[in-house]
Amino acid sequence: MSERKIVIPGEVIVSGSEYLPGEWTEKKGEEIIANRFGLAEEQDRLVKIIPISGAYQPRRGNVVIGEVVNMLSNGWFLDIDTPENAFLSLSEVPRYVNRGELNEVMDMHEIVVAKIFNIGKRGIDMTIRGHGLGKIEGGMIIKVNSNKVPRIIGKEGSMINLIKENTNCNITVGQNGIIWIKGDKVEDELHAKRAIEFITENFFKEGLTEKVKEWFGGNKE
Amino acid sequence: MAEGYVRKDGRKNDELRSPIKADVGVVPNADGSAMFQIGKTIAIAAVYGPKKMHPQHSQDPEKGTLRCTYNMNSFSVEDRIRPGPSRRSTEISKITEWALNPVVMLEKYPNEVVDVHINIIQADAGTRCAGINAAAMALADAGIPMKELVSSISVGKMDKTLVLDLDKFEDSEFEDGEGSTDIPITFTHSGEITHIQLDGKISSEQLKEVVEMAKGACDKIYEIQKEALKKSLMAGEGEK
Repeated sequence: MSERKIVIPGEVIVSGSEYLPGEWTEKKGEEIIANRFGLAEEQDRLVKIIPISGAYQPRRGNVVIGEVVNMLSNGWFLDIDTPENAFLSLSEVPRYVNRGELNEVMDMHEIVVAKIFNIGKRGIDMTIRGHGLGKIEGGMIIKVNSNKVPRIIGKEGSMINLIKENTNCNITVGQNGIIWIKGDKVEDELHAKRAIEFITENFFKEGLTEKVKEWFGGNKE
Repeated sequence: MAEGYVRKDGRKNDELRSPIKADVGVVPNADGSAMFQIGKTIAIAAVYGPKKMHPQHSQDPEKGTLRCTYNMNSFSVEDRIRPGPSRRSTEISKITEWALNPVVMLEKYPNEVVDVHINIIQADAGTRCAGINAAAMALADAGIPMKELVSSISVGKMDKTLVLDLDKFEDSEFEDGEGSTDIPITFTHSGEITHIQLDGKISSEQLKEVVEMAKGACDKIYEIQKEALKKSLMAGEGEK
């Protein structure tokens, strides 16, 4: 198997005793069977499936973007596109806040970049202690499927840096698929948005970074 | 089989209704969704989750739970049906769950639940089969780990003749001789039966024949499901 291909559950990806089953695959006799809908890829005889659809699965340490949907006396509830509540405690805010004046830090429907620091029985706990975290203002928010986030970021951030250089925009990609684009001009932001849409539509192609470079060549502003 | 029952719509005894259409990603707000149409029957399935099971006492700490809800829309039949859960819809929900459970692998999601909502927007017999076909595609689209897909079809016995994929008339209006009996069957792609229902009488020889007929039809449906899933990604799909 040379190229990536889309497989459905139960489909035989490759057959041959030299192949090993990786993520989301299983071995039945000589055959490697897909256990999930996605893109099958082979690397050094290890066959695995890259997920491309489905819901966002929160993990500890993920940096995500969310909206303030409820406020209590001791913190905020964020909507980070998970079925569970995500709570940002007042104690996780790296500055002094007067009691009863939480809305001065973050008000309802404001957008926050936050990090998941614990997933417990009662829900998800968030923090905004750390570099690049906190409330964001201006720019635009777009949403993509969370499984496509790795493609948008690229190897060691190659793809996202390419977009940033070509559009002069500041881009923050949340692991939950919510992306914040902030540039000096709206045109730049829209340009970046179109670039990201191009990636999400062509995510299954190989050598995508090169294709995006070409796309920028043909689509200036 | 020249004598016996002759089909009104001119189909052969082992012919599926047409058109058979399948589409994936039809509900933008769901984590996975699919539409399945066979003849005049249309089913839409939407999958949500995995998410924490509520209430807590229904949680299963060993593996995730699959929860199906089958619903016929009030406008799906000619005489409006009373909306809301009924004895029939609760039963079909359970049946759908059982048909799908052997293929979904929810071991990695303890205390969680995957919700499958099946809506029949147009009914002309064979709705549970259409629902199962749509649900299988929607589960795959939602990225739920599965051993394989399932495909479902009903076979009927009209008086003494076996026919594939009953329509409304054949299912509920035909009353000559022994009348009609319908047997919905769900197959995995590898040929195992995950669901078979029979309300009526049939000889064991004929039942074997029924299973053979259904197997052939399910292979055809599987190809349509497979194509729809693959197409959903290639066509630069819309955001979800």
